Amino acid sequence: MLRAPGQLLVVDDNRVNRLLLSRGLEQHGHQVATAENGKQALEMLRAKSFDLVLLDIEMPELNGFQVLEALLEDPELRYMPVIMTSASDELGSVVKCIEMGAEDYLTKPLNPVLLRARVDASLEKKRLRDQQRRLFRTFATPEVAEELLKSGFALGGKHVEATAMFADIRSFTTLAESQDPAVIIELLNDYFALMFDAISGHGGTLNQMIGDGLMAVFGAPVPHADSRERAVRAALEMLDNLAAFNEQQRVLGKPEIRIGVGIASGVMIAGYTGTQHRATYTCVGDTVNLAARIEAHTKVAGQPILIDENTRMGLPESLAVAALGPVQFKGKQQLVNVFSVTA
Amino acid sequence: MPNREIDLTTFEELKQMSGEDFINELLDTFLDDAPKLIDQLKSALAAKDAESFRRAAHSLKSNAATFGARRLSDLAKQLEMLGKEDKLADTGDGLNALEQAYQAAAIELKGLRA
Repeated sequence: MLRAPGQLLVVDDNRVNRLLLSRGLEQHGHQVATAENGKQALEMLRAKSFDLVLLDIEMPELNGFQVLEALLEDPELRYMPVIMTSASDELGSVVKCIEMGAEDYLTKPLNPVLLRARVDASLEKKRLRDQQRRLFRTFATPEVAEELLKSGFALGGKHVEATAMFADIRSFTTLAESQDPAVIIELLNDYFALMFDAISGHGGTLNQMIGDGLMAVFGAPVPHADSRERAVRAALEMLDNLAAFNEQQRVLGKPEIRIGVGIASGVMIAGYTGTQHRATYTCVGDTVNLAARIEAHTKVAGQPILIDENTRMGLPESLAVAALGPVQFKGKQQLVNVFSVTA
Repeated sequence: MPNREIDLTTFEELKQMSGEDFINELLDTFLDDAPKLIDQLKSALAAKDAESFRRAAHSLKSNAATFGARRLSDLAKQLEMLGKEDKLADTGDGLNALEQAYQAAAIELKGLRA
């Protein structure tokens, strides 16, 4: 069987056990470091990255329970897999450790076959988990990914107070028809990468990418009291990123792009939509529709960033806005006050 | 001489896990540590330090079990319980019995060196 070697940490106050475990696992192709007590183990875990910990329960300084507790409280180490190693007459303690979140256990004296099998199984599980987390993070912010992993894909919805953003590329269809398809796809990928950086950099979630358009939400699923300011600052950074990108495109003789951004804030319905096999985090409701309408209005107004009045109320004075007056939007009975972000 | 103290199945598993060439180093570590643990038991008993007594007995129990020294491990476990229950006064002849079991196990283990 082909296995990638793991970085293991063996924690045991007993020299014979340390030697035996590290030797046995090194023979099996792993890299093994050792710690003599819980305190030393935590220091090592915080200084260097490991794939798996084999943890004794009965130890001076910090014992196995205390190490487990400390790991669970540390956001960086919360998912570190731990195999408890204990005397066979300590099974009560082992049960407690498993309940606390330890992945598995081994009793001493160790059985070599079981040792290797459990270590390999734990490492394999960790690899799958890491892969899954990387995938999630490609499509969601770390916050959304964490919430998905925690909730186990509960697709339920709830009302949230948040800020929705829509953006798209001006005259994209004309642009697309005049260029080589490969150039267009490359352009789109560069564009989305730049937008993604600006949005996630301000704590937003990029929910949808459709053609040349995108939708993002700020203040959900993780609430931010300043979601309105975050969204506007993200929009400004999106424009800055694009300006730099366009300069580069100009030098290369490649097409430049312009975008319009519409932002609206208020109550919306948030949740995961789709099926158990394929779901996205999204927000729907009047506020979201309004953001889409405002984004479309950027073409009429000739301004790159437009926001609604609620969003404007959440901005500090340092962010300059100009009132464009009330606008009648399709599907809206009341006139909507629209503002252009100028700085 | 038949092996009375060491369970050979356990010992063979240990060899398999550590590797033939490493078993001697592991044995030396045990034969080096065990007398220190017995000394710790004696001084803990004299000082009526139940916690230190319990820890030493626990380590000895664990190491003896690793090498298949069952009688030694069982005796150490009894002492560990006394330490845990803070009943060092009940030790009686337990420490002597343990020391004798260790001497017998050590002789057999030296005979099993690769």
